[in-house]
Amino acid sequence: MIRAVMVMNTLGKLRLSKFYDFQPMEKQQELIRHVYAVLSSRPENVSNFVDAESIFGPDTRLVYKNLATLYFVFVFDSSENELAMLDLIQVFVETLDKCFRDVCELDIVFNYSKTQTILDEIISGGQLLETSSTEVMKTVEEITKLEAASSSSSSSLLPKSLVAWRQGQ
Amino acid sequence: MGSQGGFGQSKEFLDLIKSIGEARSKAEEDRIVLHEIETLKRRIAEPDIPKRKMKEYIIRLIYVEMLGHDASFGYIHAVKMTHDDNIHLKRTGYLAVTQFLNEDHDLIILIVNTIQKDLKSDNYLVVCAALNAVCRLINEETIPAVLPQVVDLLRHQKEAVRKKAVMALHRFYQKSPASVNHLLSNFRKKLCDNDPGVMGATLCPLFDLITIDVNSYKDLVASLASILKQVAERKLPKSYEYHQMPAPFIQIKLLKILALLGSGDKKASEQMYTILGEIMRKCDSTSNIGNAVLYECICCISSIHPNPKLLESAADAISKFLKSDSHNLKYLGIDALGRLIKMSPEIAEQHQLAVIDCLEDPDDTLKRKTFELLYKMTKPSNVEVIVDRMIDYMISINDNHYKTEIASRYVELAEQFAPSNQWFIQTMNKVFEHAGDLVNIKVAHNLMRLIAEGFGEDDDTADTQLRSSAVDSYLRIVGEPKLPSAFLQVICWVLGEYGTADGKYSASYITGKLCDIAEAYSTDDTVKAYAISALMKIFSFEMAAGRKVDVLPECQSLIEELLASHSTDLQQRAYELQAILGLDAQAAASVMPTDASCEDIEIDKDLSFLNGYVQKSLEKGAKPYIPESERSGMVDLNSFRSHEQHEASAHTLRFEAYELPKPVIPSKTATPVMQSSSSSALVPVPEPSYPTESFQPVAPVSSTSDAGSSDLRLRLDGVQKKWGRSTYSTSSTSNTDTLTAQNGAPQRESVTSSNSRAREFSYDSRRQQPEISAEKQKLAASLFGGAAKSDKRQSPASQKVSKTPTQAVEKSHGVKSAVSESALADKIVQPPPDLLDLGEASVSSAPTSVDPFKQLEGLLDLSENTCTLNSRQGSASAPDFMSLYGETTSNEQSSRVVDPLSGFSTTTTAEMNGHGASTGTQTTQQLSKGVSTKDSLERDALVRQLGVTPTGQNPNLFKDLLG
Repeated sequence: MIRAVMVMNTLGKLRLSKFYDFQPMEKQQELIRHVYAVLSSRPENVSNFVDAESIFGPDTRLVYKNLATLYFVFVFDSSENELAMLDLIQVFVETLDKCFRDVCELDIVFNYSKTQTILDEIISGGQLLETSSTEVMKTVEEITKLEAASSSSSSSLLPKSLVAWRQGQ
Repeated sequence: MGSQGGFGQSKEFLDLIKSIGEARSKAEEDRIVLHEIETLKRRIAEPDIPKRKMKEYIIRLIYVEMLGHDASFGYIHAVKMTHDDNIHLKRTGYLAVTQFLNEDHDLIILIVNTIQKDLKSDNYLVVCAALNAVCRLINEETIPAVLPQVVDLLRHQKEAVRKKAVMALHRFYQKSPASVNHLLSNFRKKLCDNDPGVMGATLCPLFDLITIDVNSYKDLVASLASILKQVAERKLPKSYEYHQMPAPFIQIKLLKILALLGSGDKKASEQMYTILGEIMRKCDSTSNIGNAVLYECICCISSIHPNPKLLESAADAISKFLKSDSHNLKYLGIDALGRLIKMSPEIAEQHQLAVIDCLEDPDDTLKRKTFELLYKMTKPSNVEVIVDRMIDYMISINDNHYKTEIASRYVELAEQFAPSNQWFIQTMNKVFEHAGDLVNIKVAHNLMRLIAEGFGEDDDTADTQLRSSAVDSYLRIVGEPKLPSAFLQVICWVLGEYGTADGKYSASYITGKLCDIAEAYSTDDTVKAYAISALMKIFSFEMAAGRKVDVLPECQSLIEELLASHSTDLQQRAYELQAILGLDAQAAASVMPTDASCEDIEIDKDLSFLNGYVQKSLEKGAKPYIPESERSGMVDLNSFRSHEQHEASAHTLRFEAYELPKPVIPSKTATPVMQSSSSSALVPVPEPSYPTESFQPVAPVSSTSDAGSSDLRLRLDGVQKKWGRSTYSTSSTSNTDTLTAQNGAPQRESVTSSNSRAREFSYDSRRQQPEISAEKQKLAASLFGGAAKSDKRQSPASQKVSKTPTQAVEKSHGVKSAVSESALADKIVQPPPDLLDLGEASVSSAPTSVDPFKQLEGLLDLSENTCTLNSRQGSASAPDFMSLYGETTSNEQSSRVVDPLSGFSTTTTAEMNGHGASTGTQTTQQLSKGVSTKDSLERDALVRQLGVTPTGQNPNLFKDLLG
């Protein structure tokens, strides 16, 4: 089971978090601080796996990936495969990339709910739901279309490209 | 930044994020966020906010909460938003509530109705949003409210909905298995879903179900294997390919499930062999995900019934992992190696160097994983190297959690495999010095017992040597500042028992040291108690020996200080010490007999010595004692309060478990008899009570913690408990004599400890290794190969006794065991390439048929021979060479050596001389080919004596062995 997903920047600012078993807010903050402390102390060119037992309790591991200014962190237990989790991060990032065209930190900050939607399509209740980024994109696009239709006034969840296109009109 | 306008958020929000991003300190950030909270509170309460604005407020609330501030004032607005018909707003509402609320929050009840409605919606996206919320927000009580709808949705036409419904059902199962038990067959059905996504999602719940109950899913093996085959053959839609791999995540899940199903089941495993082999062959090992599948295959292969061919290809894959430059792959390689050595121990040998490299790697994760592997690989021949490494590592890290773990691990290894007691004591000193506060106090007690018992039987000189070396080392260490309490307790006890035993140190020197300890750690009552008891022992030993006792001034002041101590325990000890100082020599000797910590204490469980007293009291009209079991219904004053509490709490639901019955409640009913009996016990039967004093290491802990509760303990379990906590009474020598410890006690213990892991390093349970944990044993068996297991795992104490049979059994294993024995240590000592060659050579010769019985006979003789010779220390090198040579021959030419006895007895000296003198390096190589712990240790010593300089490629590694 996947316990938590976090996205934080290299300065330790949280950009996205989702805990699949409920943690009170203070606890969440504490966990995030610990995770950041561990990640920031890791040298370059080492493995992407960290033993997270001292942070999240027994039988937990953590996989992280540092992309540009962001750390993507997945916390999970022994029922998952570390390397596969690393690729799941890849799937997540690829999907974000498809969605935002060269995703950057700001895209995640400003499109919080959309990022969450993507994550929800990939992981549900701590289990791997969908691993094909094209499939995820299909669903997300449908949701976007529907949302756009239902609230024509708002364009906040549209991809940048679409917004630009609208503005161009 | 100019493009931000395109994100559609208001200027305010953008400014907020920008200013937080630019905040230079946490305090500044907090100030900004608190200001934001104020703004939101005000805005959100305004009437008639446009919905779009409201949505942004909610997002801002999530943002605020993400930064660690309380946004609970806005929860209700998020809940309201889920009721909205606009799907955009509804989804935002659901998102917010799943972030804000946990399943037991009061507001959930307001959402359940909406969820119910949404689950029935025609728009499948609404259904999906509701299902997402279901996973997070529904708790045990509300499951029935949505369960029927969720089950219906399993047959929804959209695969996205079916997938999520499966997940929701799985979530219900996790939360409350009972509520969905009748629906589990649905998971099986969904396995045959047309959509591969749904099938893949179903594997998650199936994995959980199979983990719990393997047997009822054995029938799935064939279909799962065929699904795996189809996936691997790219029968799934193109969109499931990921980096040219067909649906790797589904493959991984399937492999995990198959590993569970095939574990220990030959028939099931056979159905998997073909497809596993195929995947292993096809796997693309250049991509990340390909390696993930490969790794999962190895895990599966190492868990199912072994197949030689698959094991071979798994070993190949592992060596590829280990040779890779990627740390991730090395990590997986080490992990996989740890799994596979259970199956084929010899594979570790090929990768010794890679493993050592990983140990030196700067990557902490990799290092830890490697230590885990080493821990699994430890055997008597390599325990010293591994433990040394672990200590070095332990000292270097700061993470207390992991420090504790590694300390307990290596204490465990040291206890199991210690080549000598001296080494064990030194190792323990290091543990206490560096992680003393983190290790279990039991470890300290075990150490005391080891020192007290020594090697076990009839080797008094060794015992004495051991003790004096312990005393020496402790006297050296004791001056260091800030020693942990547990270690000081050991030091005090050992100094008290054996400080003056060998006559090397004068009593006043030792007492001076003890006083220093008590003074330096004056806040630690336990240590002070140990110290004063040790003083008591030293003084009475002196008196018994007829010497005049001179109490040092600082000692006198310590006693005086403790006489007025607030701790009753310390006070009592001080008074007892004073009383002993007033006794004559004979009395002192019987009160504090020398070296009596292992003596037998006779325990009169029935307290028969009290019979006369009880009789007298009864005659005087005292109430007879009623056993606790017959005392029900009696409510006395003492228990009234707690009784009342019970009454009061009986009205409400109790969620926590009932506490254990309080022993205090009924005790006072029996006080007339019992209390007086405990005090009078000292008079009529001095034997059992006085020895208590000489066993202070046990007593102080118990008496400081529950001081004054002696009547309580009496009442509970008979007299035995009077002298210590229940934990110690069975496991410490002090209370059980050596005889019982070996015969009686372990039997008793084995019942309780058979389930307990070896991690609980009770000394007694160590002796009972074979019964302790089947899992560990299996591991050991595979490490050492076959029958050697029971003998190999004996504790150092018993090792000596059973040494000959051990060797014999091992030897009967001949080359095989010797090969598997040649552990890390060997590899390190030998120059790497040679090492590999040698290892392989001997592996190849392993199957040669040697009559085990003949060998056994021969070795029985040989080993006895070696033993006796070895004990003569001066000429130790000669027999060592001999035995060395013996091993060389049996290793390399085992096919020829049929009867080692004849071979050795005739040719020893001549051959030995030639052999030993000619090739220095070769000797070194063979030196470490250990057969038994003792042999390897002696060989180590020999290396040091010879002063052989290592010629290997990695001189660092030699340091481990050669000091």
